[in-house]
Amino acid sequence: MAHLSDSLLFAAVVVYALAMLGFAGDQATRRARRVLAEPALRAAPSRVLAGAGGPPLTEPAVSPAPSREKGWAGSLALGLTALGWLIHLGSVVTRGIAADRLPWGNMYEFSCTAALVAVTGFLVLVARGKVDRGLGAFVMLPVVLYLGLAGTVLYTKVGPLVPALNSYWIKIHVAAAVTASGAFLLSGVIALLYLVRSRFDERTVAGSAIRFPVSLGRALPAAASLDRSAYVVIAFAFPVWTFAIIAGGIWAEAAWGRYWGWDPKETWSFITWVLYAGYLHARATAGWKGRKAAWVAVAAAVALIIDYYVVNIFVVGLHSYA
Amino acid sequence: MTTTPEIDDAAVRLSTAPEPVGPLRSRQLLAPLRRTWRQLTSMRTALQLLFLLALGAIPGGFLPQRSLNPVRVNEYKAQHPGLAPWLDRLSLFDVFAAPWFAAVYLLLFVSLAGCLVPRIRLHARALRKPPPQAPGTLTRLPVSGSWETDASVEEVLEAARRALRSGRWRAVRRGNAVSAEKGYLRETGNLIFHVSLVVLLVGIAVGAFYGFKGTVLVKEGTGFANAVLNFDDIHPGRRFTEGSLVPLHFTLDDFRATYGEDGKARTFDAKVRFAPNADAPLRPYDIRVNHPLHVGAAKVYLLGHGYAPRVVVRDVDGTVAFDQTVPCLPQDTKFVSNCTIKVPDTRGQQIAFDGVFTPTTVQDPATGRVTSTHPAAQSPALTVVGFRGDLGIDAGVPGSVYTLDRRRLTPIDSGKAHLLATGQSWQLPGGGSITFVDTTEWATFQVTQDPGKGIALLASCGIVLGLCLSLFIRRRRLWVRAVPAGDGTGTPRTVVEVGGLARTDPDTFAAEFEELTGRLREKIPPREADKE
Ligand code: HEM
Repeated sequence: MAHLSDSLLFAAVVVYALAMLGFAGDQATRRARRVLAEPALRAAPSRVLAGAGGPPLTEPAVSPAPSREKGWAGSLALGLTALGWLIHLGSVVTRGIAADRLPWGNMYEFSCTAALVAVTGFLVLVARGKVDRGLGAFVMLPVVLYLGLAGTVLYTKVGPLVPALNSYWIKIHVAAAVTASGAFLLSGVIALLYLVRSRFDERTVAGSAIRFPVSLGRALPAAASLDRSAYVVIAFAFPVWTFAIIAGGIWAEAAWGRYWGWDPKETWSFITWVLYAGYLHARATAGWKGRKAAWVAVAAAVALIIDYYVVNIFVVGLHSYA
Repeated sequence: MTTTPEIDDAAVRLSTAPEPVGPLRSRQLLAPLRRTWRQLTSMRTALQLLFLLALGAIPGGFLPQRSLNPVRVNEYKAQHPGLAPWLDRLSLFDVFAAPWFAAVYLLLFVSLAGCLVPRIRLHARALRKPPPQAPGTLTRLPVSGSWETDASVEEVLEAARRALRSGRWRAVRRGNAVSAEKGYLRETGNLIFHVSLVVLLVGIAVGAFYGFKGTVLVKEGTGFANAVLNFDDIHPGRRFTEGSLVPLHFTLDDFRATYGEDGKARTFDAKVRFAPNADAPLRPYDIRVNHPLHVGAAKVYLLGHGYAPRVVVRDVDGTVAFDQTVPCLPQDTKFVSNCTIKVPDTRGQQIAFDGVFTPTTVQDPATGRVTSTHPAAQSPALTVVGFRGDLGIDAGVPGSVYTLDRRRLTPIDSGKAHLLATGQSWQLPGGGSITFVDTTEWATFQVTQDPGKGIALLASCGIVLGLCLSLFIRRRRLWVRAVPAGDGTGTPRTVVEVGGLARTDPDTFAAEFEELTGRLREKIPPREADKE
């Protein structure tokens, strides 16, 4: 069973990589079409989406919403992503069966499950029309890299849990943490893409030179839509993360006799939490909307990555079980 | 469409958030103070303080912290002799007790309280008052529409009010328009969330001031009574009084650990008998990891464990001078453990031993080095080095139980180590003997009392509930205005204007708006001529 899980993960990575290529191909054909139309578009005035209270989202009419164009490459890529997701799910489930427990007892399992959550989030948002499938290549690339790293560097054989992890609170705690982490990672990618796209728009309007990586912006959905997608994902993940921290506190209280002790892991979870609270605040603060807020979201995602990877590997604490 | 429509009307403010601080014109004496206060309670300051809080916590996440692991702090200081004193001066080894860290979070909470009070007042008023009057031009709102109808102004407004009410909007007529609003719970949730943050801080403070934490090592077969003096190590809160300790006592009957083949621990289980006070009968309980013992306000946790070999030392004349279980402190994951055996009551010179206990013993045939290959006591052995002389106990200086003061001791048998398996003895040169009788275990327990825990848990529930309301509920406003547009030719005509705005998720609101106007058009049909 454990072997099956490993093979399925490998298969999922391959299928995701193919999906990524499909998305990239889709981008290329779209771009070719758009290049012809662009000069006319550049002249168009920018349109303002005023969401009162929210940021005034300027949406320069540089590119038409690419979501309306549905090339066969994009559909194929989306289908491959869904197939990869099924295989990925199979890998996580068989891992759980092999270990006879929920499959998030170590860093390898945590990473696989978090990636599954991120892909699930992406697929759900695309299906509900909240996110453009044009994001596909940019989402699948980090997913493939992340799973590749998890499967090689972090790989751990199936084993039982150490006694401290043997509690139903940990199941709740880690389930919430893994869900929020997956979503946060997705939002981090989207926030980065937003930064690229809004820089691209700015340069386009100013007529200044556009170099890599800003030139990637051409293939991306509108800045306002990316901004909103990042917000939607974070607004979902933040309460879940808050709950994860609280459940962790309840578990720590039962296991270690205190609900909070500034253990490195707890400290980084706190930093991550405060930064996401900062992001939500920034979106409601004059002068902080848009790009600054997006940078906060990126910083928060970095704190999350430090929380899970750097702290587990390099910093000694009570949580060093993985 | 050309420029940004400036919708700065009070009607479109859907949040009680403080507005950006503008210049204050007051010429009063208190003006600078007032300005400082407004600055402190502004969103911008709150945001900056949040970032400072995150930034301040970072050293606590990378550097070793005294409160967690003083040993590692000392190691770090030894490794970085140049840098460490500076870090120490900045309290970077005690970040979470540092004055500057406290300054940041206290300022944040002052800002929070200062911003919450007016927000609660504003929101309470908004809850009592009808939704605000329609802004000047509805067509400038993010979503809007209009049509002409044959119905009268009166009919239009009444129909709109009904339709909105049935959709569970709060809708009232104000002048020539209906004002409607939905999703007040968003703001309520936001306030619950922020208030709960303050309550959480209160809970933490109560725990820090009135709480207690103590640890104690208990050997199998011995007991413990909950009194400050009986602990090995205590952390009382600043306002803690000994009288608030729960009068509990317990004895450790049996400790058991199980391990996998790989030597990783599977289960720990401390079988105790306890009583909540001196008069109550003893009751059995299994204290395990994640399964503490609750007695009144106190909880007893299993923290650690180790081995305590039973050792008998005989005097020169064969009488038993020492017969005890000796707790050994584990040094690694295979439980190679160190201990000392001090025998003060002898006929001649005092006797002492440095011991190394190994639960699954292997001896390297070449070097003679003894190690353990598994944490379970599969083939336990005690390796001892003996000493004779003066233990220095009588000098009145309390020495550690785990170290020998060797200044006035001379090694027996030139300091050679002797390996004793269970039941084996070493006949000491010059008389007397030491016997490793058998192996028992010990466990360390932590007793905690945290009177702020309940408050913190309650606050946590408020935080999650408030967040969910605040992030998942959409607050939106809608206005329907009816303007008579008679052209003087007789038939009354009315222009119906509908406009709305939402705080979040404009797409969803646009769809909702579409559907609502559809329903309104059914109730207030457009003029025949206008229908496509
Ligand atoms: C203790 C530190 C604080 C934390 C952790 C915190 C956290 C949060 C979070 C997570 C939100 C998002 C909820 C939402 O978007 O509806 C929020 C919203 C808000 N916070 Fe705070 N906050 C803190 C302090 C403050 C302070 C000091 C103020 C006063 C200036 C404040 C005013 C607000 C306001 C007005 C909103 C609503 C923003 C909006 O209209 O969307 N918060 N806060």
